[in-house]
Amino acid sequence: MSFTYTISELSLYIRTLFEGDDRLADVWVQGEVSNMKRAASGHWYFTLKDSSAQIKCVMWRSSAERQSFIPQDGAAIEARGYISIYEAQGAYQLYASEVRQVGAGDLYQQFERLKLQLQAEGLFDPGRKRPIPAFPRQIGIVTSPEAAAYQDVQNVLRRRFPLTEVILSPTLVQGADAPAQIVRALRRINDRTQVDVILLIRGGGSIEDLWCFNDEQVARAVAESRIPVITGVGHETDFTIVDFVSDLRAPTPSAAAELATPDRDELRRNLRDLDDTLHTLIDDKRFDLQTRLAAAQRTLGHVSPRSRIDSQRQRLDDWNARLSSAQLSQLTLWRERLTSRAAALASADPRAILKRGYAIVSRSDDGTRLDQAAGTSPGTGLTIQFFDGELKARVEDKDSHERYKRTLF
Amino acid sequence: MSDISALSFEAAYDELEGIIARLESGDLSLDESVTLFERGRQLSSHCQALLDQAELRVSQLSGDARADE
Repeated sequence: MSFTYTISELSLYIRTLFEGDDRLADVWVQGEVSNMKRAASGHWYFTLKDSSAQIKCVMWRSSAERQSFIPQDGAAIEARGYISIYEAQGAYQLYASEVRQVGAGDLYQQFERLKLQLQAEGLFDPGRKRPIPAFPRQIGIVTSPEAAAYQDVQNVLRRRFPLTEVILSPTLVQGADAPAQIVRALRRINDRTQVDVILLIRGGGSIEDLWCFNDEQVARAVAESRIPVITGVGHETDFTIVDFVSDLRAPTPSAAAELATPDRDELRRNLRDLDDTLHTLIDDKRFDLQTRLAAAQRTLGHVSPRSRIDSQRQRLDDWNARLSSAQLSQLTLWRERLTSRAAALASADPRAILKRGYAIVSRSDDGTRLDQAAGTSPGTGLTIQFFDGELKARVEDKDSHERYKRTLF
Repeated sequence: MSDISALSFEAAYDELEGIIARLESGDLSLDESVTLFERGRQLSSHCQALLDQAELRVSQLSGDARADE
């Protein structure tokens, strides 16, 4: 006997079946859009159909906001999501998380595959990326000469760093012939020039337009470039394989020109700052040296020969002065001694004695002085010297002498 | 020392920064400082002149036939 379900029970069973299936949990579906409605809530409701079948689709607002385009009725698209049932309407639906244009799927797979492969080979390694020279004397540009991007880049370079020189290596930048030409253009500029950096650039476009920059040979040519490469392809959000391989990615062609060069106005400001620094340094130096000179002069003043001479001279004067006064007193002393000695001498002078009334007696025959009575016999001739002259006399004996005294009177 | 007028912008700029570093180190005599200062001023003028007088030169390698976008 069979069990009788309610509709709700049946619906729940069916839902379980859907949600239990791995394939239906994440599936890409291709079809034509019809009945596209964007609700006020932001959710999308549309139908995808092919020649014989159709499926209702819903994309919630959070996913819808992230999509790069809005599907239009009649467009062929691919949608990704899971299948389940909307019990209230008794319908199965695709709950979509992503939509893309038809054909983009293949391209996307190719892109992912190549990216993984080159990454595994190490072509994306940060260690491979070379620094960009700060003041490039020559800049090589690989792009189409007709491209607006080429004009934009020239304008940026003219404004920022006109000291540099631009060398264009022309090439197609879209279409089937582009990859081979880009490879040749890169090789030409590496082989024939000494540019300091290469700008590989192209303006914005669709994925198909930019596809040549996802080409494997182009990527390898960028990796092999002897000269550093800056890529600037498409808009800010466009990432191509060459962007991962290059030495530096720029979000746009103009940004590539900016990354390659210093800004002239900024350089002018830097030069002014350097000038100011020079002046400050030389002023500081002069001030420093003046200070040290003044200090040196003071020190020198203390130890110079001139000052030594001066101080010696002063000592000399000092000595002279002291000597003079010493001499003076010594002189006085001597003078006094001399005076007293002279006086003593004067008083010792024999003539002074005569003056006092004494007489000097000497023998007339030989002149010897008699300083005593003894030893002189009577009859000896004597010379008696007085202060005013001499007398001649003869020694007599005492007795005969007495007779003289009496008879004369 | 090399003739300044023949120096590239980068060479002159680098030398100028080098001079400033030496002057900042402070171990120089007044004579050396003045010589360096004068050289620095000349380098700076040369760099300014290069910037002011520069005109972007553009040329093209011959290669693939006319590329179009």
